[in-house]
Amino acid sequence: MSGEPAQASNETGMPRHQRLILGALVAALIVLPYILYPVFLMKVLCFALFACAFNLLIGYVGLLSFGHALFFGWAAYVSAHSAKVWGWPPEFAILGGAATAFVLGIAVGALAIRRQGIYFAMITLALAQMAFFFALQAPFTGGEDGIQAVPRRPLFGFIDISNDTTFYYVVLTVFLAGFALIYRIVHSPFGQVLKAIRENEPRTISLGYRVNHYKLLAFVLSASLAGLAGSTKVFVTQLASLTDVQWQMSGEVVLMTLVGGLGTMFGPVVGAFFVITMQTYLATMGEWVLVIQGVIFVIVVLSFRRGIVGEIAAWWKSRNGA
Amino acid sequence: MPDIFGIPPQALFGQLLLGLINGAFYALLSLGLAVIFGLLNIINFTHGAQYMMGAFVAWMLLNWLGVGYWWALLIVPVTVGLTGILIERTMLHRLYKLDHLYGLLLTFGIALIIQGVFRNQFGSSGLPYGIPAQLRGGTDLGFMFMPNYRGWVVVVSLVVCLATWFVIEKTKLGSYLRAATENPALVQSFGINVPRMITLTYGFGVGLAAFTGVLAAPIYQVSPLMGADLIIIVFAVVVIGGMGSIMGSILTGFGLGIIEGLTKVFYPEASSTVIFVIMVIVLLIKPAGLFGRAR
Amino acid sequence: MKTLKSALLGAVALAAVAAAPAMAQTNVKIGVLSDMSSLYTDLAGAGSVLAARMAADDFGAAAKGIRVEFVSADHQNKADVGSNIARQWYDRDGVDMIVDVPNSGVALAVNGVTREKNKVFLVSGAATSALTGEQCSPNTVHWTYDTWALANGTGKAIVQTGGDTWFFLTADYAFGHQLEADTTNVVKAMGGRVLGGVRAPLNTNDFSSFLLQAQSSRAKIIGLANAGGDTVNSIKQAAEFGIVRRGQSLAGLLVFLTDVHGLGLETAQGLIMTEAFYWDQSDASRAFAKRFAAANKGIHPTMVHAGVYSSVTHYLKAIEATKSAADGKAVVEKMKATPTDDPLFGKGEIRKDGRKIHDMYLFEVKKPSESKGAWDYYKTRATIPAAQAFRPLNEGKCPLVGG
Repeated sequence: MSGEPAQASNETGMPRHQRLILGALVAALIVLPYILYPVFLMKVLCFALFACAFNLLIGYVGLLSFGHALFFGWAAYVSAHSAKVWGWPPEFAILGGAATAFVLGIAVGALAIRRQGIYFAMITLALAQMAFFFALQAPFTGGEDGIQAVPRRPLFGFIDISNDTTFYYVVLTVFLAGFALIYRIVHSPFGQVLKAIRENEPRTISLGYRVNHYKLLAFVLSASLAGLAGSTKVFVTQLASLTDVQWQMSGEVVLMTLVGGLGTMFGPVVGAFFVITMQTYLATMGEWVLVIQGVIFVIVVLSFRRGIVGEIAAWWKSRNGA
Repeated sequence: MPDIFGIPPQALFGQLLLGLINGAFYALLSLGLAVIFGLLNIINFTHGAQYMMGAFVAWMLLNWLGVGYWWALLIVPVTVGLTGILIERTMLHRLYKLDHLYGLLLTFGIALIIQGVFRNQFGSSGLPYGIPAQLRGGTDLGFMFMPNYRGWVVVVSLVVCLATWFVIEKTKLGSYLRAATENPALVQSFGINVPRMITLTYGFGVGLAAFTGVLAAPIYQVSPLMGADLIIIVFAVVVIGGMGSIMGSILTGFGLGIIEGLTKVFYPEASSTVIFVIMVIVLLIKPAGLFGRAR
Repeated sequence: MKTLKSALLGAVALAAVAAAPAMAQTNVKIGVLSDMSSLYTDLAGAGSVLAARMAADDFGAAAKGIRVEFVSADHQNKADVGSNIARQWYDRDGVDMIVDVPNSGVALAVNGVTREKNKVFLVSGAATSALTGEQCSPNTVHWTYDTWALANGTGKAIVQTGGDTWFFLTADYAFGHQLEADTTNVVKAMGGRVLGGVRAPLNTNDFSSFLLQAQSSRAKIIGLANAGGDTVNSIKQAAEFGIVRRGQSLAGLLVFLTDVHGLGLETAQGLIMTEAFYWDQSDASRAFAKRFAAANKGIHPTMVHAGVYSSVTHYLKAIEATKSAADGKAVVEKMKATPTDDPLFGKGEIRKDGRKIHDMYLFEVKKPSESKGAWDYYKTRATIPAAQAFRPLNEGKCPLVGG
């Protein structure tokens, strides 16, 4: 996973306001652990990366995957198992998790892109449910106990990440690298083809593009990044469990992206912050959290389809245009 | 008689019969999904929650109003169907012009709300619902002890499935429905109220789910999450069958129930995944599904 | 050094007693972490919060100079949610002790956090015997029951009363496998035979196929190595297929009073299971149950509720002695040094590995004709004496033992 430097994207023409927002965001992210609970922030960053990876598919190719927990959760299991049982250092464990997601992405993607639209969503959901049952029955995942107390060994052998604040900056680096990669993908010629597929698939085919190759590659990239998020999360909570592979998790990442804004760069980040904050501070309300999530789904779909960031962008555009 | 893979044939008959019973539930639920999809082009994610509501409303009728199973079979589909009509009128109908995925997301959200509310109200350890007095006990079929209620479930679900198939494929009303699926504008111009037809179709599909819930209540514990996992399996059933034909979803439902039943005998560990494995195989060989038209 | 410290402490204690009316209060904050919304809500949940409060009231904490505060939260059966809440409680909200935590995965996570922060964790709701085995901790006491005790109690007593052939219906994941393995060992050690078993995926809706396999095995006992909805559905469907009426018995390896209530006696009759407590055992337990049910929507106390009550009582006793809740390890040491005694569990002790030792009981669910009314569900088949009820100290691989 190469952390393509952000300047490169600037040269390809990141609009000025986006650069400003990005600068402000990075500055805020650097200062935040001194204000907010670092473990909470790390969780937000992991889910933000997860949501960005998901958004790469739905927002830029128009494919709704209802099974992304598969990649997130299985990467988490592999990462946790390799760190705890095989004693791998965190950097290898995290990459191992992402590699697992990469392989799974090829298998699931190759099957799922055979159908479109609603069928695609149902197939990904069904395959993810199958993977959930495997996780439940496989002995190494620890069933409902999960893999607990994953050790935070020194990163690269010398960076002590047992301290939450130090580890926060590691997670931040991973997140920014993933974010930059997604930005690069979306704004590359490859990304243009993806958007063309989203807008009009038959036309893209008639232009001579091998649409299925593009779709599969996008799917695999999205899966790998989701896996990167999952395997990093393992070291944040020091835990991999069934929660990570359940269909509810797939639903949550859809919600994050939808609330933040489908097909916007910053939307998934805002959405992840919103949803994780809600879950953390409403934890005492128990099951009502699910009901509230459902209500948000309904509200967003009915009257707020552009999401938070999308609405702000539209408002900004209309103000400047007028 | 020789054993088949080490299983005496009598036991195998028993297991096949049990598989058929589970297949009845798959068939009824995927039929409802197919009917809704045919006209609305929406995959109704709320279907599992509406199945659960069916079981719960039957429980409420019995425990709060003293209304028994037989009346519940009639009242519940209508009541829950009406809530479906309410959902269609207030929310779903606004989405027809948009990408179909929004329909999926909306119904997913509604499912979360319904399941959450029932969980808060009734906890999740589940509530008992007895088998109606007329169907208690069982019959010794020689090769197995067959509870009468299970036999009833197979018969009644077959009847309902075939009746639905008959109405849609063989009657005038059904021909309007099928025509509206192909070309709503044309049917509208013949003076048929297509929006109302859509609303009623959704209500009917939901009623079918609720009816299935009533059938399930005496067998399974009535619990708020009884439909949450089931709906995913039914999705796989729908992908396997393809939603092109009504008869297709009925046959696929029963067939997969039987296959799942056999898996429980030969390799029980895989019985929760076998339908998904079949889905993978079907996707590799016939991506449009066994009875589907390529879309 | 140690003697000096204890001498000082003693002096302080003396001074405190002497100056009782004016003495400084000891503040304790107890966090009840439970399942408030899902599978275990009825058997733990709000009832556990109630039980903890009742324990503090009955102990007369206020009169003894201990100010007890309570917080509670829902762990949603997610280990990460549970460990987050525990961390936050310890770091920010000044919680000294966490009690209950049904769900083994969450309990193991909280076990780790509690040890790291040197607080106290009293487990009542969780089943896994790893809490006093490989993952035992000087800050944790496992109070009510564990998988080993359930398997042992049920397995042993049933074989002794003639149930010597078994067939297992096992939930196909780690927890089910462990229950099955533990019970198999006991059954075999007692001279019984296991004729077969079937592993059903978790959250299976329809058990009829597996039940038919169990039936054709002709085993006398069908052991249900599963929990929650799976147990309930398999019992319900066993009744439908007339399994118990045709002479086989069901043995639930993890069944609670509230499960039986949910099933109804008609369906659950004849079921055999092991528990640590039943409300209708003594005058004291009946009195407790009456007060408890009145404040808990009529739901009678399960053994988990009783365990919360009993463990909080013993914890407050230790606090009364140590005068401070700050050092979790010291409080647990004090708890281990003091024999336990309370109206619900009677006399007992806490072992070095953190296992609370008491009698366990084998119950059988009554026939509808035997029941005198609501919640009159169990008859006692056997008492398993404390000395035999739990896993021997040297078999658990707990690092605290012998070190």
